Amino acid sequence: MSVQMTKGVAAAPIAATPSPSAKSRRSVFIRRPFFTAALLVAVAYVLAAIFAPHVAPFDPVKQDFNVMMKAPSVVHWMGTDSYGQDILSRVIFGARYALIIGIFSVMIGAVGGLVIGLAAGLSGGWAEWGLMRLIDAILALPSLILAVAFIAILGQGVDKVVIAVGLSMIGPFARTVRSDVMQVRVQLFIEAAQLMSISYLRVVVRHVLPNVIFPLAVQVTIRVSEAILVSSSLSFLGIGVTPPTPDWGLMISEGRDFVSFAPWMSAMPGFALALLLIALSIVGDGVREEFDPKLGKES
Amino acid sequence: MIVQTLSETKAPVTEQPIFELIEVEQVFEVPKPGRSLFSRETVGLRALDGVRLNIRKGTSLAVVGESGSGKSTLLRVLLGLDRPTGGRALYRSKPILEGRATGVEFARDVAMVYQDARGSLDPRMTIGALIAEPLRHFKIVPRQDEAARVSQLLDRVGLPADAADRYPSGLSGGQVRRVAIARALASEPSVLVADEAVSGLDVSTQAQLLILLRSLQRDMGLTLIFITHDLGVASFLCEEIAIMYLGRIVETGPTDAVLDAPSHPYSAALRAAAPQFFEPLSEPLSGEIPSPLNLPAGCRFSTRCPKVQDNCRLKDPQLGKLGPRRAVACLHPLEQQ
Repeated sequence: MSVQMTKGVAAAPIAATPSPSAKSRRSVFIRRPFFTAALLVAVAYVLAAIFAPHVAPFDPVKQDFNVMMKAPSVVHWMGTDSYGQDILSRVIFGARYALIIGIFSVMIGAVGGLVIGLAAGLSGGWAEWGLMRLIDAILALPSLILAVAFIAILGQGVDKVVIAVGLSMIGPFARTVRSDVMQVRVQLFIEAAQLMSISYLRVVVRHVLPNVIFPLAVQVTIRVSEAILVSSSLSFLGIGVTPPTPDWGLMISEGRDFVSFAPWMSAMPGFALALLLIALSIVGDGVREEFDPKLGKES
Repeated sequence: MIVQTLSETKAPVTEQPIFELIEVEQVFEVPKPGRSLFSRETVGLRALDGVRLNIRKGTSLAVVGESGSGKSTLLRVLLGLDRPTGGRALYRSKPILEGRATGVEFARDVAMVYQDARGSLDPRMTIGALIAEPLRHFKIVPRQDEAARVSQLLDRVGLPADAADRYPSGLSGGQVRRVAIARALASEPSVLVADEAVSGLDVSTQAQLLILLRSLQRDMGLTLIFITHDLGVASFLCEEIAIMYLGRIVETGPTDAVLDAPSHPYSAALRAAAPQFFEPLSEPLSGEIPSPLNLPAGCRFSTRCPKVQDNCRLKDPQLGKLGPRRAVACLHPLEQQ
């Protein structure tokens, strides 16, 4: 066989079909019905949180002693609590706090974890050793215990909860970032970049960071639910946000004393919390399975 | 242009060689085999041992040898990625590492195509961005001409212009190698180093890539250093050949001359081991390549050499001149027919 050589080499044709990843992205909602349902639920929560004043039938902190501890009815869909506050409205406004705390604390955790993990993964030597011991120390305690400790230092309030939960999540984020960095930095394309005499900082920004950010983003979606759970636990323990803020953990805690004759007081926010956590977990898992190259699919 | 060994008399050189290796040694300290758990004993692994090599401008050199013969170590020394533990490695008569440290000129002039082309491309960058990276880094073209140059380079390596928007994962093995070559060419180098650039591809893709590489070398006047274990590839692509065995170059010369009439018994064995049409496979060399941790006494090939003689086990032959353009490291070179 003679291969004809002209100016350009016989062009190797690239398959004309759109790349399989684009195709699978389009049909992901059909292929993953649970993911779709969970995404709809999560989006509904977000919308409810954003438009809470328009959606909620009552003022969440308006107390009305005429309708104390009423069972769910047509007027009060989820009943009322011991102060006569409408539980549905409180649950809707509670979504606001839950999501704000969840998202912002995860952001703090992710940024902190990225910085520490990147530094640990790239530095090596004693600096890495020191940072890893710091991360180990953070990881030694469950995030709830750690958050309690931070609350003890910072005091109560929504902003304090965000900071406390965020700080307590730096450990797990830092560890995953570090392991990703260690994986990426020995790859051939890093050496190839260094071979071009591209400066180290530039290699990190252009080649290491993008390959680390993506798995981190997947982690973020998964860990939002953990952050919400921790913040609710703090409120339940009475050391998170302060009453009368409509927070789910707080509401469950308040209803605890009346659970034998007014179970809806604890059950409704508990149900709201559980549904959101399940939905977020399924969404997170779906995102990971769909986009994580380590699970065998191309990114 | 020829690869010339540093022998007793330096031939009148018209030009400085691009690369010059003088008695280069690379010894890695590795844990001593069978050391106890708490022992810190190490032993020197001689990956390169007295390598002499001159690479002239515009030549094409194949470095051939078995796995473990030190080809990749030699490559890392040539690229200035590792500092040799002994001897001198010069690039345009300056130490390679110095050249690498003093600016981007060396990096621009010496481009590399990796064996694992896919691994050498950042999976999160498009082909266009990957090729534009050296263009931008070495300031080859102004920003606005970047896209045009990228499609020009893609065309040069035989890829359609719309490949620029794809990711490496969407291309086949052969296409990825073409991208790697385009990326290497982007910096307008004068030396192209390719490590097994066509291995692991099917034969027709290999042929296309070899033809591409040969035409690039001829049209652009590139100096090509091609690491391979395939004698056929070497003879097709390269004018010169250097055969390595256990960290030393045992024979160099024009590819055709060396392959037609090998002087070193090892070259002859390699030549005979290459499968031929309509011929039964010849008897392969006996035994495994010895461990570089304990080199045989005398000639390093004496343990497997079919023509071994008594003094081979006593004296270590250096690469010495044999005829006008050839050199061999053997005490009893094979007779030329």
